[in-house]
Amino acid sequence: MSWFKRDKTGIEKSNTKHVKVPEGLWTKCPGCSESLLTQEIEENLQVCPKCGHHYRIAPRKRLQSILDNGTWQEFDAELTSVDFLDFKDTKSYQERINTTVAKGGSRDAVICVEGSIKEIATQIAIFDFAFMGGSMGSVVGEKITRSIERGLEKKQPVIVISASGGARMQESILSLMQMAKTSAALAKLKAAGLPFISILTDPTTGGVTASFAMLGDLNIAEPKALIGFAGPRVIEQTIRQKLPAGFQRSEYLLDHGMVDMIVSRLEMRDTLGQVLAMLTRQ
Amino acid sequence: MAATVYMEFEKPIAELEKKIEELRSLGASEMSTEIDALQSCVETKRQEIFNNLSRWQKAQVARHINRPFTLDYIQHLFTDFNELHGDRNFGDDHAIVGGLARFDGQPVMVVGHQKGRDTKEKVFRNFGMPNPEGYRKALRLFQMAEQFNLPIITFVDTPGAYPGIGAEERGQAEAIARNLREMASLTVPIIVCITGEGGSGGALAIAVGNRVLMLEHSVYAVISPEGCAAILWSDGTKGQQAAEALKPAAQDIIELGVIDEIVHEPVGGAHRDHEATTQAMGSAIRRHLAELKEMTPEQLVEDRYQKFRAMTRMAE
Ligand SMILES: [Zn+2]
Repeated sequence: MSWFKRDKTGIEKSNTKHVKVPEGLWTKCPGCSESLLTQEIEENLQVCPKCGHHYRIAPRKRLQSILDNGTWQEFDAELTSVDFLDFKDTKSYQERINTTVAKGGSRDAVICVEGSIKEIATQIAIFDFAFMGGSMGSVVGEKITRSIERGLEKKQPVIVISASGGARMQESILSLMQMAKTSAALAKLKAAGLPFISILTDPTTGGVTASFAMLGDLNIAEPKALIGFAGPRVIEQTIRQKLPAGFQRSEYLLDHGMVDMIVSRLEMRDTLGQVLAMLTRQ
Repeated sequence: MAATVYMEFEKPIAELEKKIEELRSLGASEMSTEIDALQSCVETKRQEIFNNLSRWQKAQVARHINRPFTLDYIQHLFTDFNELHGDRNFGDDHAIVGGLARFDGQPVMVVGHQKGRDTKEKVFRNFGMPNPEGYRKALRLFQMAEQFNLPIITFVDTPGAYPGIGAEERGQAEAIARNLREMASLTVPIIVCITGEGGSGGALAIAVGNRVLMLEHSVYAVISPEGCAAILWSDGTKGQQAAEALKPAAQDIIELGVIDEIVHEPVGGAHRDHEATTQAMGSAIRRHLAELKEMTPEQLVEDRYQKFRAMTRMAE
């Protein structure tokens, strides 16, 4: 075992693929090329203390960093996907579900909780990218819809923290329909005058972007996150052109008017506390 | 009508019809019984093939170049069509057409994807793949329909929303998402007709209806078979395998409660008879519209909400 966790993907590729959460003692940062103590990054919410590079972070760790006292109540944790289409690629969908669930962590790609941010009770749905690329099938759509409906019922703001490759192919048409279902629920939330904040983290693409993730009263992105509708590879193949530098990154979206602000993970709790207080007239 | 364009699996039919043509060109009257026999052979063969289409073959039928497109439905089923252009913001997207028209004399708003038949028109229509301004034009027309209390009828036929640099810069995802949310709250009846390719979010963005009707050999899925194959097997040519896995046929989808009715096509596919196809669709629209007209604006919104709310398969 080497002392250094090598950045196998290299600087160039880091544009399309983030380096995994480091396991070694030392980590070479893809942002600034510095060698840093892995523990130092971990203690800093997976943000490089030197250059601010945002590594991916586990959803529960992120929740701890946002919610008062780092506590929450989880809902609908028992909902599980089923392979109703008998979908098979190299493995059957059922097998994929079973092995992913067995690895521990979540039963599907989103965790839904109620917790407080600076004493404002809020419904939060947060994606687990480690679960089948954070893809959205029936369970994800259902859990997010229930979060929105709980917000309606309890008159609370709703936040969705996205990290997803988009709709889950293995549930085909029903995955697509989750886009309509969640967006329809947001129409009700909007009519009720309750805030919806969408936090877009690396990566947020496809059917997730093209539904609730772009529908925030506030759309907040983490720095340098990949955010888009079509994947960069698909676009390149379609137009047969190189993509411009920084294309589909948070800063690019900010420039094009698609997100309200870019907020560092280290500032997220304070920012959310401030805007939620104002939106709920507190 | 243009020359017949055969699909690969229609080869036996193509051969028989070629033979009939040859005999006809000889002009010999004693051949007529043989021609009749061959003709009935063609009909039987066609029945047999089209009753047993695989999902991949259905995808080919759904994409057939002579399949009726939105403007064909408008021509056959509507009067007084006045096309309305532009999103009032960026431009006019030719991949989506829409406007005011009369259906059975009643004013309605009609909106649909539009593909092209010859090369020039294909390019003009961007192969039926809208940019954000197309979806924003559609939304403008939907909201106008609500303002003037007109029912909305949409025709869905697209490979998907266009994946381009400009599309991303102008907010393709936002445009689709906004349509999904806003369509959910419209207070007028919405009837959606899936007539060809229901290509993912690019289709859904004009497909949140109280009733969703689907032509017999149309397809509707979260991704195209080729796109799915490229991701799952890193091989875009395995479309056939992917089509079977995605189960995008109308007959698959009705099982899941996503559509309300399958509208039958003439034997050999919609492209063989535009009049019969559009009339079949028209009578289905008429029936559903009559039902929806009995509902109050609040009931229409709630009916649509509950319809999509129920689209879930999971273990609890
Ligand atoms: Zn760094």
